[in-house]
Amino acid sequence: MGNLLKMTKDTIILGIEGTAWNLSAALVDERKIISEYEKPYLPKEGGIHPRDAAQSHASNIKEVISKTIKKAEIDLDEIKGVAFSIGPGMGPCLRTVATASRALSLLLKVPLLGVNHCVAHIEFGRWLTGAKNPLVLYVSGANSQVIAYRDKKYRIYGETLDIGVGNAIDKFSRFFGLKHPGGPKVEELAKRGKEYVRLPYVVKGMDFSFSGLVTAATSKSKENSLEDLSFSFQENAFSMLTEVTERALSYARRDELLLVGGVGANLRLREMLETICEEREVKFFVPDRRYVGDNGAMIAYTGLLMLKNGMVTPIERSSVKPNFRPDEVEIPWF
Amino acid sequence: MVLIRGAEATIYLDKNLGEVIKKRLPKRYRVKTLDDAIVEERTKTEAKIISDARRAGVPTPIILDLKDDEIKMEFIKGETLRDMVDEQMMEKAGEIVGKLHRGKIAHGDLTTSNMIYSSEDRIYLIDFGLSRYDTETEARGVDIHVLFQMLKSTYNDHEELKNSFIKGYKKNFGEDEANSVLKRVEEIERRGRYK
Ligand SMILES: Nc1ncnc2c1ncn2[C@@H]1O[C@H](COP(=O)(O)OP(=O)(O)O)[C@@H](O)[C@H]1O
Ligand SMILES: [Mg+2]
Repeated sequence: MGNLLKMTKDTIILGIEGTAWNLSAALVDERKIISEYEKPYLPKEGGIHPRDAAQSHASNIKEVISKTIKKAEIDLDEIKGVAFSIGPGMGPCLRTVATASRALSLLLKVPLLGVNHCVAHIEFGRWLTGAKNPLVLYVSGANSQVIAYRDKKYRIYGETLDIGVGNAIDKFSRFFGLKHPGGPKVEELAKRGKEYVRLPYVVKGMDFSFSGLVTAATSKSKENSLEDLSFSFQENAFSMLTEVTERALSYARRDELLLVGGVGANLRLREMLETICEEREVKFFVPDRRYVGDNGAMIAYTGLLMLKNGMVTPIERSSVKPNFRPDEVEIPWF
Repeated sequence: MVLIRGAEATIYLDKNLGEVIKKRLPKRYRVKTLDDAIVEERTKTEAKIISDARRAGVPTPIILDLKDDEIKMEFIKGETLRDMVDEQMMEKAGEIVGKLHRGKIAHGDLTTSNMIYSSEDRIYLIDFGLSRYDTETEARGVDIHVLFQMLKSTYNDHEELKNSFIKGYKKNFGEDEANSVLKRVEEIERRGRYK
């Protein structure tokens, strides 16, 4: 708690993100991102193999951290906390980052801050865009959720019943031999699609499911061009997400929408969401394209919020949480 | 005439005539072929299942007229449960959903916004656009999972509301059948948690 008193506007936090494919570190203070450095893991073939990704993170983490600190041109003793993604994510990746973070926190003699990765996306998004109390659509590889704050916590209003939208796109693109990550490639192909092919559209209240869509789309590969299938796949998946978002805006009664997560980079998805926001007089917020995906700065910033509220993570309680959900975290700063 | 923007549709209330028109305007974000198909399917489904549900003993509005993209139905005087739900109402809702499932129907969007507490002390179920005939435990489980998720996100006393619902649901759907659905609900929740 001593740290709490000494904190100033210049308190600097180091954040490390490595829940899946991107290993990324950053230094932030309350006003700005000071420096960042990242080393994404790219599978040689197929999708992300958790153990390979963890291996890659392990061999790069030293470089990523030291380059981040070097770029910032600060003294080590200016760093007042080490924040890391404690979950949700891939077990082996989480453990690699956690081990390095614990060591660093001991070395620098500063508090360790175990950050919920999903909460970090939201807080960072609010920080960058100025959204106050938005409904949040969080769409990434493994996660797809509709979230809003109510009474000290981020509540889940809707989510996927099976796989995340990013994983669905990756499965689809891998079937056609496209290299990981498939998202940008499918987005490009979809632009050249002409004919819409009817595919399963599964919405249950504010929940939704993608596995049937993947199966149906890949089974039509003989009769349809890849461009048409990519187009139809995106149209279906994103229309489903837009529909549940609209429903949640209505049920949760919000007049702001914040889009976060890697799939948020997709311009077609943004366009659809903008349409419903216009119609409902809802303000649409989305961070700059390079900040919708996983990054160290979001972890550092959320770590800073936690430190300010005394939410430090003792080493003996810093085991990773691969299934950590956003509604398990108390949010005292909202 | 009062205009309500629903979660999906646009509703025109004519309280004098005692009529409601529920119109599904085209969604600009969806490609036309997909949107046309969805609007038509949901409108047809809703009109048909609202009537079937009533035959199964579930209070629903009477259907007065049907077009490609709109339904004219009876106006239910009352208010949605959204802002006034209590344990007693939730138990009643459980009884109604029990009847619905017994009648081989899954609602598809069970929330307190789709339940109207009428002035004659009855709970009406509305908004059947995502409904279907399905007797699988999975469909019933998802139905109830959607409701429980909504209770959890929206109300601090969600545990009590949930237990009241279960009490009513068991009454009309049968203890054993209800238990197997509730077991599936837990499984669906676990699926969401562990990926
Ligand atoms: N038959 C009805 N009688 C009275 N009010 C109704 C009726 N149907 C709909 N409403 C009102 O309109 C709102 C939206 O209707 P609903 O069928 O749920 O459409 P949506 O699919 O857009 O949510 C309801 O929450 C309720 O307030
Ligand atoms: Mg409704």
